[in-house]
Amino acid sequence: MAFKIIVCAKQVPDTNVIKINPKTGTLIREGVPSILNHDDANALEEALKIKDQYPDTHITVITMGPPQANDLLFECIAMGADDGILVSDRAVGGSDTWATSNTLEAAVRKVGDFDLLWCGRQAIDGDTAQVGPQLAEKLGVPQVTYVQEFELDKDMKTITVKRQMEDGYELIKLQTPCMLTAIKELNSPRYMYMSGIFADKTMKTWNAKDIEVDLNTVGLEASPTNVFRSFTPAPKGKGIVITGDTEKEIADNLLVNLKEKQVI
Amino acid sequence: FGAIKEVQTGETADLSDYKHIWVFAEQRKGKLMNVALELIGEGHRLANEISADTQVCAVLVGNKIDHLAAECFAYGADKVIMIQDPLLEQYTTDGYTKVITDAIHEMKPEIVLYGATHIGRDLAPRIAARCNTGLTADCTRLDVKVSSYIEFAKKKTTLDISTLDPEDTSTGIKQTRPAFGGNLMATIICPNTRPQMSTVRPGVMQKREKVEGATGEIVTYKPTIAKSDIHIDVVDVVKSAKELVSLTDADIICSGGRGLGDASGFKLIQEFADKVGGVVGSSRAAVDAGWIDQSHQVGQTGTTVKPKIYFACGISGAIQHLAGMQTSDYIVAINKDADCPMMEVADFCIVGDLYKVIPQIIAEWDKAEDLHDAATRKEA
Ligand SMILES: Cc1cc2nc3c(=O)[nH]c(=O)nc-3n(C[C@H](O)[C@H](O)[C@H](O)COP(=O)(O)OP(=O)(O)OC[C@H]3O[C@@H](n4cnc5c(N)ncnc54)[C@H](O)[C@@H]3O)c2cc1C
Ligand SMILES: Cc1cc2nc3c(=O)[nH]c(=O)nc-3n(C[C@H](O)[C@H](O)[C@H](O)COP(=O)(O)OP(=O)(O)OC[C@H]3O[C@@H](n4cnc5c(N)ncnc54)[C@H](O)[C@@H]3O)c2cc1C
Repeated sequence: MAFKIIVCAKQVPDTNVIKINPKTGTLIREGVPSILNHDDANALEEALKIKDQYPDTHITVITMGPPQANDLLFECIAMGADDGILVSDRAVGGSDTWATSNTLEAAVRKVGDFDLLWCGRQAIDGDTAQVGPQLAEKLGVPQVTYVQEFELDKDMKTITVKRQMEDGYELIKLQTPCMLTAIKELNSPRYMYMSGIFADKTMKTWNAKDIEVDLNTVGLEASPTNVFRSFTPAPKGKGIVITGDTEKEIADNLLVNLKEKQVI
Repeated sequence: FGAIKEVQTGETADLSDYKHIWVFAEQRKGKLMNVALELIGEGHRLANEISADTQVCAVLVGNKIDHLAAECFAYGADKVIMIQDPLLEQYTTDGYTKVITDAIHEMKPEIVLYGATHIGRDLAPRIAARCNTGLTADCTRLDVKVSSYIEFAKKKTTLDISTLDPEDTSTGIKQTRPAFGGNLMATIICPNTRPQMSTVRPGVMQKREKVEGATGEIVTYKPTIAKSDIHIDVVDVVKSAKELVSLTDADIICSGGRGLGDASGFKLIQEFADKVGGVVGSSRAAVDAGWIDQSHQVGQTGTTVKPKIYFACGISGAIQHLAGMQTSDYIVAINKDADCPMMEVADFCIVGDLYKVIPQIIAEWDKAEDLHDAATRKEA
């Protein structure tokens, strides 16, 4: 029996190059490249490593987003995933994490049983790290977040993971099916290889009706949280430039200034 | 996994049934996390904004942790909800989610706050999903009254406040958080479901002054929990052998970045920190280069810090780094590049080679008092 893995992956704007309109507090999307969320690439890589070892493993990537999120599925398939599913529907737009996880839950249920469900720890745009755990709760499977090391037992059921903590790690054993979230320490994602794209792989787009999700549980209206206001942090006034003819003089001037402010 | 179940919509029960502020008082091995005390302090501020009879309740979950109640009271908790069982000795998502959700359903708090720790961010979304309510992630500011939100917005943001009504009481708790890697701030509300929940970033809220011997009401909540509720097995909890870097508590942080050039640069930074009684921090670039352990990393994916003085040495000031240190009292930038973003946020800007400047600061540090006296005399 093939080992079944589902990876949830999100297309995100590259926050390194993002610009915000300081007047309106909105994103300037033009010219900002969309990328596969970093942690999700780690999640997919870990799935691919299982497939390297057990070639009859089947990896399905699910993404929810606008039609252009299809590009992400191409990328994941080019890395080695088997199928890609885009869930796209106006009805799910503006979802918070509660509503997003309802949509993803419905999509996962339509894909069917799985052994492993991988998410990234956190998406670099919304930055909440909530979707993975909420999805696991709705599917009724156990979770381990912040996975930094992963091992699948030969029985294909027992999993041993190291869960990163602030000051070390927890060594955890659990059984499939379960949901795990990946962090960057887990692995280094591989590159795409073009031959992957042309093999017998499928890409599908599903709408809200296809996944039979209750429309009262998705989208902006149904979301329990709303954005009240958004804005950019206030720019700070320019600081004092510390000068001097020698480094010693600079150091002395700095210390006088710090003393003046009574911080040393 | 289980059969398809009915998806519930949010609990739109009578919102006025929900009262008081709960703080998840996270403890590990019988020791309270700092952020729990910070949240009790913040809970107090918020309770005052809600009403005189709103209480701050610390929720303690674990086993044999009776001794922690006194500490919660000393830092300002009005009440402690004690949830103990041998099965709760070690944190598990399943165990903690079950008992806290059960307690929420029974006692109906209006607000629940969690520290945005590796445990808080694992637990809170699971509870929020089970309660079908909203959760705001990684908050750095909370307000109940619109008037105090306006004060905050005026000081710290570019927000147009003319659209805000200071008397408006309809929006509940306003939870402000960074998103898009710190490029954007969003204030989130949860108007129709209860409890309102947030995870709050460690190190940003204020503890209250400790009052030894303070007491309050202890409510013992008997959890219903069985071994079969817990689906994971924590085999071991390993503390890293490396010494703990207490960045969050440090008064002074000396941080090094890629500008150090190589790993040996951290020797100078360490010497600097030793001299000034500070702690060594770093940028992610220095961590990624393998020069220093990740536990030193400051920023969005590292630690958030708020020292009295932050020395940024050879750190350019990428937005993700700034996200973790921008609220330091004083920032000193030491950088070759006068136009780097760190210079924009720094209070004191030193344009120069860190290898030349830092040794001089180390050499002169103990003379600061005399130097200051001399400078004031000269002015007079
Ligand atoms: C400024 C701003 C602030 C916000 N704050 C909050 C908030 O505090 N609380 C809240 O509930 N919502 C919030 N939202 C909404 C939230 O960003 C969206 O619900 C988003 O769809 C999912 O959250 P995330 O990006 O934080 O993902 P995360 O929860 O950080 O993502 C974790 C993992 O879940 C999976 N995943 C997430 N989204 C998708 C997807 N679309 N397709 C496939 N897999 C996915 C990925 O594996 C990802 O790595 C906010 C939105 C904005 C614009
Ligand atoms: C999702 C995500 C999360 C991230 N999280 C974090 C995070 O938590 N923390 C973090 O720090 N980064 C984070 N980053 C990385 C961040 O974007 C930057 O890449 C990083 O902060 C750069 O580190 P740096 O300033 O040390 O290096 P650089 O940007 O390369 O800057 C080096 C600086 O040193 C100066 N310099 C060089 N030589 C000298 C000298 N002899 N004397 C004085 N100055 C000198 C240069 O002028 C330059 O300004 C994150 C990135 C992403 C995408």
